[in-house]
Amino acid sequence: MSDTTVPIRTLRQSKKWNERLQAILTHVVLLIGALIVMVPLAWMLSTSLKPPKQVQKFPPVWIPNPVMFSNYVRAVTIFPVPFWVFVRNSLFLSLSNVVGSVMSNSLVAFAFARLRFRGSRILFLVALSSMMLPQQVTMIPLFILFSKLGWVNTYKPLIIPQFLCNAYFIFLMRQFYATIPRELDDAAKIDGCSILGLFFRIMLPLAKPAIGIMAIFEFTGSWNWFLWPLIYLSKMETFPLAIALQQLRAAHGVLWSELMVVSFIAMLPPLVLFFIAQKTYIQGIVMTGVKG
Amino acid sequence: MTTSAEAGRRAEGPRVRWPRFKLTQPQREEITAYILISPWIIGFLWFTLGPMLTSLGLSFTETDLFTSEFVGFANYERLLSTDVTLSLFWKALYNTAYYVFLSIPLTMLVGFVIALLLNQNIRGQSAYRILYYLPSVIPGIASALLWLWLFNPEFGIINWLLSLVGIAGPRWLYDPKTAKLALVIMSLWGAGGNMLVFLAGLQGIPTQLYEAATIDGANAWRRFVHITLPMISPTLFFVLVTNIIQYFQIFTTVYVVSDGQGGPANSTMMYVLWLYLLAFRQFRMGFASALAWVFFIVIMLFTVLIFRSSSAWVYYETEIGEGRL
Repeated sequence: MSDTTVPIRTLRQSKKWNERLQAILTHVVLLIGALIVMVPLAWMLSTSLKPPKQVQKFPPVWIPNPVMFSNYVRAVTIFPVPFWVFVRNSLFLSLSNVVGSVMSNSLVAFAFARLRFRGSRILFLVALSSMMLPQQVTMIPLFILFSKLGWVNTYKPLIIPQFLCNAYFIFLMRQFYATIPRELDDAAKIDGCSILGLFFRIMLPLAKPAIGIMAIFEFTGSWNWFLWPLIYLSKMETFPLAIALQQLRAAHGVLWSELMVVSFIAMLPPLVLFFIAQKTYIQGIVMTGVKG
Repeated sequence: MTTSAEAGRRAEGPRVRWPRFKLTQPQREEITAYILISPWIIGFLWFTLGPMLTSLGLSFTETDLFTSEFVGFANYERLLSTDVTLSLFWKALYNTAYYVFLSIPLTMLVGFVIALLLNQNIRGQSAYRILYYLPSVIPGIASALLWLWLFNPEFGIINWLLSLVGIAGPRWLYDPKTAKLALVIMSLWGAGGNMLVFLAGLQGIPTQLYEAATIDGANAWRRFVHITLPMISPTLFFVLVTNIIQYFQIFTTVYVVSDGQGGPANSTMMYVLWLYLLAFRQFRMGFASALAWVFFIVIMLFTVLIFRSSSAWVYYETEIGEGRL
């Protein structure tokens, strides 16, 4: 009897040890990965606070001495246009596009999700496949058109398209509406609710999480947008932050402290937004990525 | 009857029969639906279909902002020419393919491995998740500048690290031999984006499957091959398709690191960068449109290829029957 219990206990113990060892190994690998992700950002912050002599130094200096907060003032005032103009432009672009996306896509997706109409399946498939279209194929004629309309150096080409839907968001919203039970629609209809009433009183309040996701994605996307603003905006007072940063790189490519300062400022809003709303963010990716 | 009476009252003189505008419920629903989706229809016609067809037309012309002249297939002939003074097509295609076919497998692999590690109910899962995803929310221009600085041959961290282990680092983005490799390494920093999708897919696999397999004596490797891989294959498929479309369009990064030149020696001249330079710096819009269409066809080819092959390696549960599409 006694010689059977001993091996079992050691087996159990070794299994436990195995599990613990595995967990430790996993953490080690994950921490190394996390370090690889974070070191570049630490280096950015460090460079942004260094006195000029320590920036171009080998081996590198990690902790700036003294810490030069004045770099931030210098970097921000290096532009011929006041810096707040860029921030205002970026905010204007992002917030307008958030409004446009929320208004258009929530309604359109509602129609696709809930209303019966001829051609709805085909139209939805067309919308889906337009997501796969590389934008380069539409870029040139649109530029010709918008420049003939005199829209170059205005925000119209960057904002109006967002008020006329985005296939990705239609898909996201429709996925969400599909999770709302249809019994609610029926109940509302029996109570004499019109179609628009159904949308505004029932679907829209219930779809708040999805609208939150859309708003956050659109804000981040517009804030980080590069190619279109680069094409349409050439006057400095119209630049959003991303283009201002490119301008700084083109004009002063070796002022690494200043470049890192402005890079840091430019990434702050999307980063803060991500930290505040990370649950919503992740939910959005899960919704489009997995159920798709 | 009331409607015709009203109509009669409204109409003066000879009795006019007004059409009865009483719609049935489904008809009303249909009309409302068309009104509701009209923003999308307008947007699709104005910003997608119209421009697409126009650019196809433009691709047979020599067009700048003011003049346009029909040239037949000349743009396409020129495009496919192997003479680099006429066309950088093959160079740009090669560069882009190099980037796409190294970056996608690597970012997918790294993302998948991290997702697998995180999926073991590890402590601090959500903290890791945030950390790894973080680079994906940073503006492309900011991360490109940051990496340009990290890859700096004289003062960058990367060559410093290499020097610690006794390797004299290359000149990275300033050397045609290593520039694209540096871009691939940069793309790995964003592997957290794929990781998040994979993790969500892994968490959707029912645990009963693993329990049943364990009872049947399947070891960890067999559980991985026979449960995890087939169950995650739809997610792999989704990530692959979206990555193909996204990575082919690489622009911001190369625009920033090469200062809009595609250098050194055109080694980072990616397809979209070349298209941008042709269309918006040299205003050769007809030629650039031909470029755009060939690009579109190349991407479509790859997408169709993946879709076609999917029946061989993507496992769909019965849900395909109840699928809403």
